[in-house]
Amino acid sequence: MTEQDILAGLAEIVNDVAGTPISDIQPDKHFTDDLDIDSLSMVEVVVAAEEKFGVKIPDDDVKNLATVGDAVAYIQQAGVAA
Amino acid sequence: MIPQQGAPSRRVVVTGLGATTPLGGDVATTWDGLLAGRSGVRTLEGDWVEELPVHIGAPCAVDPGAVLDRVEARRLDRSQQLALVAAREAWSDAGAPDADPLRLGVVVASGIGGAVSLIEAYDTLKEKGPRRVSPFTIPMIMPNGPAAVVSLELGARAGVHTPVSACASGAEAVAMGAQMIRDGRADIVVAGGTEACIHPLPMAAFAAMMALSKRNDEPERASRPYDKGRDGFVFGEGAGIVVLESAEHAEARGARVYAEFAGAGMTSDAHHIAQPDPVGTGAARAMVAALADAGLSARDIAHVNAHATSTPQGDVAEATAIHAALGAAADTAVVSATKSMTGHLLGAAGAVESIAVLLALHHRVAPPTINLDDPDDEVRLTIASGEPHSLPSGAIAALNNSFGFGGHNIALAFRSA
Repeated sequence: MTEQDILAGLAEIVNDVAGTPISDIQPDKHFTDDLDIDSLSMVEVVVAAEEKFGVKIPDDDVKNLATVGDAVAYIQQAGVAA
Repeated sequence: MIPQQGAPSRRVVVTGLGATTPLGGDVATTWDGLLAGRSGVRTLEGDWVEELPVHIGAPCAVDPGAVLDRVEARRLDRSQQLALVAAREAWSDAGAPDADPLRLGVVVASGIGGAVSLIEAYDTLKEKGPRRVSPFTIPMIMPNGPAAVVSLELGARAGVHTPVSACASGAEAVAMGAQMIRDGRADIVVAGGTEACIHPLPMAAFAAMMALSKRNDEPERASRPYDKGRDGFVFGEGAGIVVLESAEHAEARGARVYAEFAGAGMTSDAHHIAQPDPVGTGAARAMVAALADAGLSARDIAHVNAHATSTPQGDVAEATAIHAALGAAADTAVVSATKSMTGHLLGAAGAVESIAVLLALHHRVAPPTINLDDPDDEVRLTIASGEPHSLPSGAIAALNNSFGFGGHNIALAFRSA
């Protein structure tokens, strides 16, 4: 799966959870500061991403996913590992 | 409700109303429905309905999901959605006052709270596992959730409260809200009740108590307070919110005043967990206490919005209590049982019926009681049967009764503006 595919899939999830316009969901955007994703919404994003991309994102790793780009990279890595 | 010693008790007026009910998605359509004698009761839809002994209910006329933003709605229990819709209407109706957040309070009650969200989360847990349980489950099921949601919406920081007293909850919230103003803790309090539990489990549970009407083939005629043929209440949902304000604050900003909150009486039966005291002693004491708190005498009461749920025992007990509390004035006060039209909105009932009383005082008309074809001989009251009854001009007052499982009795007194 390419970075672009993961970004597009993640954008759909964030849009569904928080209503953020798809075009605003870019790799440099910070989940909390830019996209208004609080800790509870982040849990929803993570669980939906696990399902969509078939990966596991342990709770301890979630705190390292500050930006959309961090999440895309993590999911790509995890996908390769799986 | 004795004012704090040394602190002058402040007058409380009502400056905004909001509601979403089985009769309509706002106050205007609800009030029109009440005056027209329209029933909000219908046959429920869903594959579970046929399995229950009760197939009827009073769902909201307007789905809150159609009014609220999608993202906003998905994080809220339906009871919270209804409270938010009603609170927005009430706040806007009050003129969206430029309130000091530190002097703005919220008291929103629910009888059952987010039970449906709890049941649905358990379904998710069983079917999909713990990882799939929504992180919003706790905010959705906590009983103070609706009050918290309204406080976030309005930025209220004077205090947020949630009294829980079953079907008296909405009325107790109005009493508590007024007390916050009387005590000097707030200038404005957004107060009311909400309920949304039309789901097979709560309905099966109420049906198991033999509390619900089984008039499945005639839904619109099922809620029939004071009629000989009544066989239980009709399970409904909705929300009612009022904006309470200190008289000085309302006057200073030139607010429109519907009526004055005059006083409250709150008592308990300690008789039975679900049965009413058959002679309504506690209910009568609540009405007497409300009059005393308001500085009113029984002959000032021109109108009573009765609790009258259409149960065989409850309606008679309350009628007896009204006579005990008002004496000779019980013969002249015009009694309305608006649950004949709305069904029983449980924790929202006392708030929605407070709105009915406030509009009755404002427009000088008592809404009708429908389906009263064959009045119970044990009920000797002047009931606004079938048609609205006009109320006298001049200074008048009204009572709103609400009682709840657990033996809660709340009577609210309102005075014409």
